[in-house]
Amino acid sequence: MRLLVNKIFLALSVFSAFIGLAFLAWILITLFIKGLGSFHFGLFLNDLIDGGLRNLIIGQFILAGIASAIGIPLGMAAGIYIQEYGQGKYASIIRDLSDIMMSAPSIVIGAFVYAVVVVPTGGTSGFAGAIALAIMMIPVVINTTDNMLSLVPRELREAGIALGASKYKVITDIVIKAAKVGIMTGVLLAFARIIGETAPLLFTSETSNYFSLDLTESFPSLTVSIYDLANEPEESSRDLAWAASFILTVLVLVINLTGRFITRNKD
Amino acid sequence: MEKIFQKLSLSSASLVFVILLGIFITLFIAAKPAIDEFGFNFIINPDWNKEVQVENSSIDSTSTSIQENDTLEDDEMIADEDDMMLEDEDDMMMEDEDDIATKTIYGGLVPIVGTLLTTIIALIFALPIAMGIAVFLAEIAPKNISNIVGIAIELLAAIPSIIFGMWGLYYFAPIIADLFGGYQVSLLTAGLVLGVMILPFMAAITRDSMNTTPSVLKESAYALGATKFEVIKDIIFPYSKVGIIGSIILALGRALGETMAVAFLIGSIFVLPQKITDPTISIPVAMANNFGEASGLGESALFYLALILFVISFAIISVAKFYFLKRAK
Repeated sequence: MRLLVNKIFLALSVFSAFIGLAFLAWILITLFIKGLGSFHFGLFLNDLIDGGLRNLIIGQFILAGIASAIGIPLGMAAGIYIQEYGQGKYASIIRDLSDIMMSAPSIVIGAFVYAVVVVPTGGTSGFAGAIALAIMMIPVVINTTDNMLSLVPRELREAGIALGASKYKVITDIVIKAAKVGIMTGVLLAFARIIGETAPLLFTSETSNYFSLDLTESFPSLTVSIYDLANEPEESSRDLAWAASFILTVLVLVINLTGRFITRNKD
Repeated sequence: MEKIFQKLSLSSASLVFVILLGIFITLFIAAKPAIDEFGFNFIINPDWNKEVQVENSSIDSTSTSIQENDTLEDDEMIADEDDMMLEDEDDMMMEDEDDIATKTIYGGLVPIVGTLLTTIIALIFALPIAMGIAVFLAEIAPKNISNIVGIAIELLAAIPSIIFGMWGLYYFAPIIADLFGGYQVSLLTAGLVLGVMILPFMAAITRDSMNTTPSVLKESAYALGATKFEVIKDIIFPYSKVGIIGSIILALGRALGETMAVAFLIGSIFVLPQKITDPTISIPVAMANNFGEASGLGESALFYLALILFVISFAIISVAKFYFLKRAK
């Protein structure tokens, strides 16, 4: 009897792992079939207004790129503070708040940026979208930096200080260098996360059918356009949405796997 | 240089505090008109964007007392039972026909209920599967298989939520609707797709908690002749219980705020669901779909919903982080 219960339990557990994998396979296969079916290289050459995706892909990268340019330095600096300078309560409060911020609903962050950036500036803009994404990114970068710096052995820091280096020198030249690979992985994963975000962009950057580099206007976004296209009745719009989803997913998974591969190689 | 660097990192760290506080204050200010107008009755009022007659012709909304508000809402509930579907058209007619002073009222009950129900369905669906996966990864699979399956599960977590939404609407929902009847867009399909989304997240944290069980404990139990099931049930589970509960609550927090996957599947109508297969709406979806067109009191009511969502998820995540996951360490 005990052995039977054991067998049933193990079988159920293997079965649930199978379910998890089946969902992943189902989604990926769907994307491949539907996405590749409507995929052609012309998508990269035309803008949405001509039935292509060029402006959207470039726009999404620009939004995520600016968000990274804001979020990575701020997140790293905050992570360095928590791990290297912070003593006592304040640093641990910031660490906890950053964890909470990481799980804050993304649509709420969109609403916040709408109220503090979009309304005062009089309209949706690429800049507002990038700020919303940066807010999503900061806590993830803080978390990685904090974790990776904590893995750097104390002796390295002490050796640096013993050589007469200032604390700032020790951090930038020794500690950061030692934790570089880990932080890079975390940053890549954070980038993969924000490049697929839709909700914070809905009413901050919105999207645009045209190619644009003007950050003060509504800015083309791949994810927001997928949402719009998927809700349109025409079959052709939906096909385009599938092609865009396929490109987005491949992009996100490649960035994600690259991040993991970097860490793997280091070990 | 030293000083500047230290100041810079300190101010970046403080930025986290400033942003969180800023979100709370901003949402509160933006929601203030709706809070003043509807008070806490907002939470139990099922009507959204509904024109109602004001008894005395003063429509000065700010001076409307809360008591008057109450009676209005009671009238509403009664009128509601008569006809739900034609509500909107009726309102339009009323507005055209007579010049009796009207005002628009907003209540948050439908999206709040929708958010909670989809989250509960997602949890019920994801919990057993996530536990099974975690057990498989932590205890059953050989190391190399566990690694590969682990990465696959984490990739599932990396897929953008909008992809889950599209896949769910066009491929998953029709199957569910065939099995359970009802609409393709419903509480049930939205909850299930949400469940698939939080599954890898829950499984990963649970696996990590289970891995903290000292192997000495496990080996002693095996030495006494326990089966794998007994070791998991009596040794690993009690040991990592607190961490597992923490992971469930974190997944719950994530499910509450999920927008895009649910937006495709919940149907987006402000009607209380009678059955699990009925369409309804959730707080994030209400925001996603109505923010663009809303203005004035309607926009303020959306901010009120956002504030409620933010406070709920803040509370849930704090409990998970500070009570359960801290103790797990």
